[in-house]
Amino acid sequence: MTTADLLGKLLQVVMGLAVFAAVVGLLIFFIDKAPKKGRDYWQLALFLLPAMLFITVGLVYPAIRTSLLAFQDSSGDWTLDNFVWTFTQPAAIRTLINTIIWVLLVPTLATAIGLAYAVFIDRSRGEKYYKVILFMPIAISFVGAGVIWGFVYDYNGVGEQIGLLNALVVAAGGEPVQWLQTDPINTFLLIVVMIWIQTGFAMVLLSAAIKGVPTEQIEAAQLDGTNGWQRFMNVTVPGIRGALVVVLTTISIATLKVFDIVRTMTAGNFNTSVIANEMYTQAFRASEVGRGSALALILFVLVLPIVIYNVNVLRKQREIR
Amino acid sequence: MRIRRHRRWMAPVVAAAAVGLALTGCTGDAAEQDAADVDCADYEQYGTFEGKSVSVAGTILDLEADRLSESWADFETCTGIEVDYQGSSEFEAQIAVLAEGGNAPDVGIVPQPGLLGRLAAGGWLIPASADVEANVDEWWSADWKQYGTYEDTFYAAPLMASIKGYVWYSPAEFEEKGYEIPKTLDELTALSEQIAADGDHKPWCVGLESGDATGWPGTDWVEDYMLRLHGADVYDQWVTHGIPFNDPQVAEAFDAVGAYLKNDDMVNGGIGDVSTQVTEAFQTAGLPILDGTCSLHHQASFYETFWNPEGGDENTVASDGSVFAFLLPPVNADDPLSVTGGGEFPVAFRDAEEVEAFRTYLSSDTWANNRVSLGGVISANKGLDPQVASSELLTQSIEILQDPETTFRFDGSDLMPGAVGADSFWKGIVAWVTGEDTAQVLDTIESSWPKG
Repeated sequence: MTTADLLGKLLQVVMGLAVFAAVVGLLIFFIDKAPKKGRDYWQLALFLLPAMLFITVGLVYPAIRTSLLAFQDSSGDWTLDNFVWTFTQPAAIRTLINTIIWVLLVPTLATAIGLAYAVFIDRSRGEKYYKVILFMPIAISFVGAGVIWGFVYDYNGVGEQIGLLNALVVAAGGEPVQWLQTDPINTFLLIVVMIWIQTGFAMVLLSAAIKGVPTEQIEAAQLDGTNGWQRFMNVTVPGIRGALVVVLTTISIATLKVFDIVRTMTAGNFNTSVIANEMYTQAFRASEVGRGSALALILFVLVLPIVIYNVNVLRKQREIR
Repeated sequence: MRIRRHRRWMAPVVAAAAVGLALTGCTGDAAEQDAADVDCADYEQYGTFEGKSVSVAGTILDLEADRLSESWADFETCTGIEVDYQGSSEFEAQIAVLAEGGNAPDVGIVPQPGLLGRLAAGGWLIPASADVEANVDEWWSADWKQYGTYEDTFYAAPLMASIKGYVWYSPAEFEEKGYEIPKTLDELTALSEQIAADGDHKPWCVGLESGDATGWPGTDWVEDYMLRLHGADVYDQWVTHGIPFNDPQVAEAFDAVGAYLKNDDMVNGGIGDVSTQVTEAFQTAGLPILDGTCSLHHQASFYETFWNPEGGDENTVASDGSVFAFLLPPVNADDPLSVTGGGEFPVAFRDAEEVEAFRTYLSSDTWANNRVSLGGVISANKGLDPQVASSELLTQSIEILQDPETTFRFDGSDLMPGAVGADSFWKGIVAWVTGEDTAQVLDTIESSWPKG
């Protein structure tokens, strides 16, 4: 690349931004000048237009197409074979089971650990430093975390173990283990990585919610002679129920879609595959677009109830307010 | 107050200047090569296309990509076509998506006939021009032309090649201990048992780990045995599903390979037990031969470049060097030579004269000699002078490919549908090496073969 190329590209960027600003400016100008009669509707429609356009092109159309592809074979004939494959092939069934294990373990453990941590450090000295420590993994990308933990679980056939876990095992006098290659422990070791990332998220949100629980209620409970556990279960937890639901559902959705960790650490080998990883492998590696789409559809169906539940809870909370 | 206001815009200006300087530092400002320095006589036939450019994408990366660009530098200077190569390890996964979206590069260097067939079936490929086809008829065998063809339409000429099924060994060790290069598969078994019996190390070292393609080196073993045990016809039926994947003949090939890969006496020299094959990266698996803790390593001709992982040329590849390789022998010593191998095919997505001029050049003997003389690779082009290759082994490989008596078959997993060749076959090898029995693995792979 030469300097001239670079300048050309920079100029392109500036031009692009200028055109964008001009278009938006014109749009707003015309919306403002819309006819008096029904102005609200005009404005509403015009402001919604760009967003609706992007949603149609980027979400609705692909979703419909994926749904259709899931019911087609490679030559475009209608078939249910892709779903038959998903629910009969041992490898595919294993993928579904693994996803269920992920979804059961990650949200519960990440939320539980995050909640416990938030409660213990609440109003302690240096609270913000404790928070930062646990929150840091969130700033690391899933791929980065996968690579880091890949080193932790590393196994060496000969010579010294460079993997932390195996180094500990050897130091304790044991034999090194092929952690990521040993089924079923490898799935749980991958889950640990996800929990490591998500706990910080749970802790920060729950910690903020705990601070929102009125001190009067806690003190009242104290006067009633409750112990710490009773206060926690009967005052704090009901007080942060909304935050708990949000945290649990958000992590559940993230977990259902988990792809990066599995792909960087085992690539779905050794019986560790999950739906999102298998979806990619089938559609793009194995060129079985139908099977990939079927998995995508299953993933969508699994995520949908969680989203609906989440929206419902949020709406109820708004009504209360 | 004055100074303050000054500061307010000073900081952004300084920052912008710094960023600008840093960015200009990234640019090369490379001078265009001067046409006067290049002898353009060989390139006149392609014509001149001032200001035209051709974008190329493929799986070839790093040093190999630099050499690839160098191989067509003169072509660019003489024809005026600017060739822009982008390498990506995700190329195979993305190319069909790009093609479907109309964003494919002008030329894609596809490493698998199966993928070429899929792109052709999607209707995205431009058939090869008469010039390309004439070059292929002149310079390549019919076997090779067939791999660039889909349903009777010829799409792309082969580019480079590699021979699989080499067994690497240490000439010094063989001389010292009196081992002979085996001439039959039985002799190979006898040699392996002898090395095992001699006792100071296991004979074979194997590495199957390769990221999301883990298991593929094992498929090469099975393919080599299929071709040698049952011949080219059965091999062709196997890769086209003319016989099922769980056919007894396939099981026989698996079991013959299993005598090594599933045998704790045979693997994993210098690395550990049988299970370490799945954790050992294929790139480093042969290196124990250099320490004398392993004697035999099965890997393609391209493994030549892996013997010096730190760079340099400390470990030489030659019949009197640190390491050398012999072809996995046939069943009987006088059986005709049959080898498996791989190669790439530059397919076109844009119908334009400059693209075809470029592809014609790539299919010519001029390109083959240019590229091979830069080192590290070979081609099956018959106009290629074997002596320009960078090593004794590559010269020998070119001679094998050019020999009309040689039966050449493409790497089977590259010919099978992706669901098998790039998924269940690999995973099957991993499961099989780590304990599943042959029948179970073959049934699983067979059931994953796409219907229709």
